[in-house]
Amino acid sequence: MTTESLPVRTDAPARTATKKPAARGGRRLLGQRAGRQHHAGPLAYVLLTVTAILSIFPLYWTMVAASTDNTRVSQTPPPFLPGPNLFSNLARAWDEAAMGKAMINSLIVAGVIALSTVMFATLAGFAFAKLRFKGRNVLLMLVIGTMMVPPQLGVVPLFMMMSELGWSQELPAVIFPTLVSAVGVFFMRQYLSEALPDELVEAARVDGAHSLRIFWSIVLPVARPAMAVLFMITFVHAWNDFFWPFVVLDMTNPTVPVALTQLSAGYVRDQSLIMAGALLGTLPLLAMFIVFGRQIVSGIMAGAVKG
Amino acid sequence: MATSTTNAQAGEGPSPQPDRQGAGPRLGALLHRLDVKGAPYAFVAPFFVVFAAFSFYPLLYTSWISLHRVELATLDVMEWVAFDNYVELWNDARFWNATANTITIGVISTVPQLLMALGLAHLLNYKMRGSLFFRIASLVPYATSVGAAALVFTMLFERDFGMINWMLGLVGMDPVNWEADKWPAQVAISTIVIWRWTGYNALLYLAAMQAIPADRYEAAAIDGASRWKQFTHVTVPGIRSTIVFTIVLSTIGATQLFGEPLIFGQGPNGVTGGADNQYQTLGLLLYEEGWKNYQMGRSATVAWAMFLLLVLVFVAQRLIKRLRSRTS
Repeated sequence: MTTESLPVRTDAPARTATKKPAARGGRRLLGQRAGRQHHAGPLAYVLLTVTAILSIFPLYWTMVAASTDNTRVSQTPPPFLPGPNLFSNLARAWDEAAMGKAMINSLIVAGVIALSTVMFATLAGFAFAKLRFKGRNVLLMLVIGTMMVPPQLGVVPLFMMMSELGWSQELPAVIFPTLVSAVGVFFMRQYLSEALPDELVEAARVDGAHSLRIFWSIVLPVARPAMAVLFMITFVHAWNDFFWPFVVLDMTNPTVPVALTQLSAGYVRDQSLIMAGALLGTLPLLAMFIVFGRQIVSGIMAGAVKG
Repeated sequence: MATSTTNAQAGEGPSPQPDRQGAGPRLGALLHRLDVKGAPYAFVAPFFVVFAAFSFYPLLYTSWISLHRVELATLDVMEWVAFDNYVELWNDARFWNATANTITIGVISTVPQLLMALGLAHLLNYKMRGSLFFRIASLVPYATSVGAAALVFTMLFERDFGMINWMLGLVGMDPVNWEADKWPAQVAISTIVIWRWTGYNALLYLAAMQAIPADRYEAAAIDGASRWKQFTHVTVPGIRSTIVFTIVLSTIGATQLFGEPLIFGQGPNGVTGGADNQYQTLGLLLYEEGWKNYQMGRSATVAWAMFLLLVLVFVAQRLIKRLRSRTS
């Protein structure tokens, strides 16, 4: 799935009319007891442990394969424990397989996209949540509607546009089309309608602050936690985005996923090298998940459709 | 937004014309009204400008291109061919093959994925130790890129030394030729999709489950409903809109499937979806027509076919829903 798909709470006012109010009760913010809170039995622990192993094992095995050599990987039974070559394979992947350049490119692409998405989403989210203007609901429905358009459909014209601009094979070709995200706008709108009190905005208005000033001194501090979550989730999506970068970039200037396809397409297949590349390309996100796992989990859940 | 700053500053600063100094407060009020009226549009404008330029315009222009013959090497030469591309696509066996593959892989990957996510969410909803660990662990695949995930699974599904055939051998089964045979290949590709997205969907379901009021479970328990009955009669209806949402997202993802089959086919076989196109999806066909056969017009036609497929699926879903609600 290349579409950015941050979950969205669709019980927004725009849609509540179609829903029974009873179906949406029990927001946990109200301190109401919600959800089932049975204690887990042994079976639940066993099943969850199996799931956790299945989730993690492919990555663990990537590491194992990346730490042995090509002959060991192609033997049966396959290796289960790490070998001695992890760092030399990683170094080879970094140099030979263009992974070094790809990592830097991906860092730039994902960093810029995440920053701009957060900035524009917060601006627009604030306007949709707290400012009154003509056509607000129509425009908001438009934003939601754009989420249903798969980006892959426009690749041919987009490709022609980029070659006309002289951007094919260049990073701006990957960055510009994803500078904003509908899901991000909606996410920030939902967060700000709940977290930002109307009185705060009114009071600042009475004090004579203009809109950008209100945004800067009042909205930004309130929005910061949601902005951090949106940044991380957008970063993950941009880092992993595949189809469009694959179409428009080439091997001299790839992002990580594009470089990985080249690794596997080589005629001399060095499995350990391939796995070292895959591991290298995953490590930054993995590190982020280990450090900020709690925030990412709560961010995804906070944005989910409820009721 | 930049204009609103400079305007506001200009309003506060001294007026350049001395005889109009009396207009200061009025000018301020005017600027204030301009700010209140205009700023919201300035704030939402960046989103719409970028979306219009890089998503909406290309989408419309796709249909124009699909009526032309355009080659990759000479993108500025467009020869009008009316509906020729569509007729050719309709008569092309590869198109129907790719459509069928997209649908079957879509079903094999989406249905088990969402069912498993539902079960996993139910488990994660228990009160327990280490719940945060289990949640993060189920999100690990989501943090793995298509590229890395597809590469690992390609190796695990390798015919001669892959771990999965080795394990099948342990229980006395013959090795499966995962790449070359049609259904095994589609199952393997679906496995990658399922692995990457189950945990993510489970977290969406979990969030929705936690918003179901506890008294509904209590009421069901008083009525003597078993745990299973509570799950099917309280939990599932309680998270229905989330389920619909994930079905929509997964369906869109399934019609666009590209990276998994491409990498699974490893290079030369990737774009064609195997030697016999046994796992070529519409996404791969789109790429093959445009960037391997250099026919951008045809590629745009495939894009429209994908869009049409998506629309048809949603119409079918609607119809089924309406029929079911009428019968029940």
